[in-house]
Amino acid sequence: MINLTINNQKVSVDPGTTVLQAARKLNINIPTLCNHEDLCVAGNCRVCVVEQTGARTLVASCATPASEGMDIHTNTLKVRNARKHIIELLLSEHRSDCTKCYKNQNCELQSLANEFAFGDTIFLDLVEDHNYTIDRSSPSFIKDDSKCIRCQRCVRTCDQLQYISAIAVANKGAHQKISSFHNRPMSHVVCTNCGQCVNRCPTGALVEKTYIDQVWDAIYDPERHVVVQTAPAVRIALGEDLGYDPGERVTGKMVNALKQLGFDSVLDTDFTADLTIMEEGTELLTRLKKALVDKDKKISLPMFTSCSPGWIKFIEHKYPEFLPNLSTCKSPQQMFGALAKTFYAQKRNIDPSKVVSVSIMPCTAKKFEADRPEMRASGYKDVDFVLTTRELAVMIKQAGIDFRNLSEAKYDSIMGDSTGAGVIFGATGGVMEAALRTAYEIVTGREVPFNNLNITPVRGMDGVKEATVKIEGCLEDWKFLEGAELKVAIAHGLVNANKIMKQVKNGKAPYHFVEIMACPGGCLGGGGQPIPTNPTIRKNRMKAIYSEDEHMVLRKSHQNPEVIAIYKDFLGKPNSHVSHELLHTHYVERDNF
Amino acid sequence: MENKALNKVGLIFEKISPKEVLEKAYKMTSAEIIQAMLDSGLKGRGGAGFPTGLKWKYTAAEKEPEKYIVCNADEGEPGTFKDREILDRVSLKVYGGMAIAGKAIGAKSGIVYLRGEYRYLLPKLLIELNEFHKMIREMGYDFNIEFRMGSGAYICGEESALFESIEGKRGEPRNKPPYPTVAGVFSKPTSINNVETLVTAMMIINHGPEKFSQYGTKDSRGSKVFSVSGDTPTPGIFELELGMTVQQFVNEFGDGDTKAVQVGGASGFCVPRKKFAETIIGFEGVPTGGSMKLFNSSRSMYNVLHNYLDFFAEESCGQCTPCRVGCQQLLKGIEKVKKGEVKSTYLNELTKLADTMKIAAKCGLGQSVGNAFKSIVGNFREEIIY
Repeated sequence: MINLTINNQKVSVDPGTTVLQAARKLNINIPTLCNHEDLCVAGNCRVCVVEQTGARTLVASCATPASEGMDIHTNTLKVRNARKHIIELLLSEHRSDCTKCYKNQNCELQSLANEFAFGDTIFLDLVEDHNYTIDRSSPSFIKDDSKCIRCQRCVRTCDQLQYISAIAVANKGAHQKISSFHNRPMSHVVCTNCGQCVNRCPTGALVEKTYIDQVWDAIYDPERHVVVQTAPAVRIALGEDLGYDPGERVTGKMVNALKQLGFDSVLDTDFTADLTIMEEGTELLTRLKKALVDKDKKISLPMFTSCSPGWIKFIEHKYPEFLPNLSTCKSPQQMFGALAKTFYAQKRNIDPSKVVSVSIMPCTAKKFEADRPEMRASGYKDVDFVLTTRELAVMIKQAGIDFRNLSEAKYDSIMGDSTGAGVIFGATGGVMEAALRTAYEIVTGREVPFNNLNITPVRGMDGVKEATVKIEGCLEDWKFLEGAELKVAIAHGLVNANKIMKQVKNGKAPYHFVEIMACPGGCLGGGGQPIPTNPTIRKNRMKAIYSEDEHMVLRKSHQNPEVIAIYKDFLGKPNSHVSHELLHTHYVERDNF
Repeated sequence: MENKALNKVGLIFEKISPKEVLEKAYKMTSAEIIQAMLDSGLKGRGGAGFPTGLKWKYTAAEKEPEKYIVCNADEGEPGTFKDREILDRVSLKVYGGMAIAGKAIGAKSGIVYLRGEYRYLLPKLLIELNEFHKMIREMGYDFNIEFRMGSGAYICGEESALFESIEGKRGEPRNKPPYPTVAGVFSKPTSINNVETLVTAMMIINHGPEKFSQYGTKDSRGSKVFSVSGDTPTPGIFELELGMTVQQFVNEFGDGDTKAVQVGGASGFCVPRKKFAETIIGFEGVPTGGSMKLFNSSRSMYNVLHNYLDFFAEESCGQCTPCRVGCQQLLKGIEKVKKGEVKSTYLNELTKLADTMKIAAKCGLGQSVGNAFKSIVGNFREEIIY
């Protein structure tokens, strides 16, 4: 243990602990900006400087390891003056139009400025000297350089968590900026639209592109029938933007709030998550049969899940040679969109051209996905508008809804039924677990051999998880799988996806089925979820997801009564011709820059 | 404070047989070489003045089998051009110094990081490097040197930014600790030394530490090479004993009308005429990596400062707030003062900002911007305002 003194209080910490962490242990608050729990230390904003007795300069507490006998002071006049200067310097380069900013009241720079209660500013305005640009080219997010404080959290996120580096530091000195390859627009680089940078941006430099006004317009248009679907991970995180602690489930209140907002029908993406399991499970079993029984060499294994549009764009850019390995299933959002303007419109006897389909997603990449040209199977744009969890919270606040005192409501029908299997799509490993619950039962006629259906090896926050399921006692149709060991893997965060892809590329991946989610923790850590994010918050959200699952009566996708009904009435059977028309898609190769 | 008269010395460019010196060095133990450096009192010649013997001692103490000697030839300080001359005229001594340092710390590899603008020297340097490799192999020793080119960024002269650049990354200073002696280039223990330091080390081995330490003062041992420029009838490279006053220097190199000398380049200090006699050039007074720029009464010190601040606003890596934004504020601030758009007392606010930069910037660049600013504004305030 290392012993040091901070503000005359003694503290003992493990080797490798930073001065900042040691101070937090003593509940001494040191302000930070560039520091983020998910990322490596940068030490570049200098807001966290403290005085170390005997040192020539102040030291950045986030970047300085505690050492024996250190004597630290966090609130001397020298520190205060320097910190004030630094925050003012940042403000002088920053377009402070706070009242018009999307991040107003949720901005770390604003909070710091508020803490220091600046009256008159000392420094000169530098905003006019910079030729700042605003990049609105991505359908998912806006990059506004005039709000950027160069903390490089986004750059570290893109590199360390996502292995993409779509954004990087360019130029030096006064001209230094966060830029893309050859300064191209964000819509024309490797960016996967995952929005992890948006989640970690301390200011309004990176925000989602909002479609709130378009959705309000649709709601208030009497000609339109507006259906809304909510993704599994929204219900366990929405509360955070409305005053609840991370990990509180607000499903019923959320459904009620959506009804009060004026949506004509409040439906559940979990329904198409269950449908995805039927389609994707069947596709997997078909591929296995073709590979094992028919010895078809053209069958691509392992099969990858295709629910995460950030992951899809990643593989399209980075590993296009493995596109045939992707399940052809659309994501639950897009399956839902395609059915909303076909099956749903027919059943409800509504002109599909009058249906506006809105989705509430924990994700910014879903905005891009909805815009893809492939996603018009219904003859219309399948999903018209995608809102993030954060945008929904904004709408609820705009409407003056007293969320905390709302009663709980149930999803509408049709396409509102769900099972626990659909819910766990929101956590890393959830798609795998849901698929195994169903596929195992299809093949053997028995439930998966795990206590209470909880397939624990695929759960948790490890970057790459592996599991093997031995298949025994097969039904007649599936005898070819008797005794087989189904090998699966799960990765979340694209840096982990890349680890699996490298293995696959080297021919060393033993897997049959791989689930990949672009965001750390899966959708619960998505780029559209409430800010801030950190490992503890994500863990709490994960607990909430599995608790939601345990509270469901039905926990296997193939038990979903509306899923059973839609196959009977409309789709025929999984992977049928109609299914292929509406629920499956193809992918495109993209440049790796 | 002791001071010495101006005394021209000829150590650095002295004709020697590199082979003989290396043979001598290879007969010494690592500890003996380091002790010789410590005894000589040699401090780094790049400007920061860290004791060379200590740097080698720390690096030698690291257990890691793979270590590096890096020669910092990214001579970018405005007004410094002595390393170019040294490389051009006595590159074998530079390589020899690296080999000696390698023997001292236990490194088999050296890297010369050459300033981008010096690329034209490279063909000749490589031919001489070939000779050196041949010589050292014939002597039966193993030490290999490679060149890495800079691309013109001033910040890459900062040791950790230089490592980043060698590693193929953007040249941005690292957080310290860990220091280079523990984790330098490729995260291996590294001794990074200035071109001149390495040559001086070789000369210390050749002549013994006593000869070196008899030159100079207690805090600034030996002689060093100065790059003299500006308003002088005799610009160029001069090796001088350390310890002289600015007055003695000006008596030798001035044009009779010298009003100020910028010692140590843009990141150094401006000494006005009234302080010439009391200011010693060296670590007890104003240190320098070699740059000595003389200004006569025809020069506007506002223009001089503006030029330096413009340089820093451009050459800051942009990573840390105090340096990136601070340089822009200082520059724009003096422009506004000059134009009368803000009160002249705004210079006091800017001086406080310069103080913040000195203690809060991440690396030596941002920390030393205040040197030029404060010494010019402090001594020539009226020239900045009117």
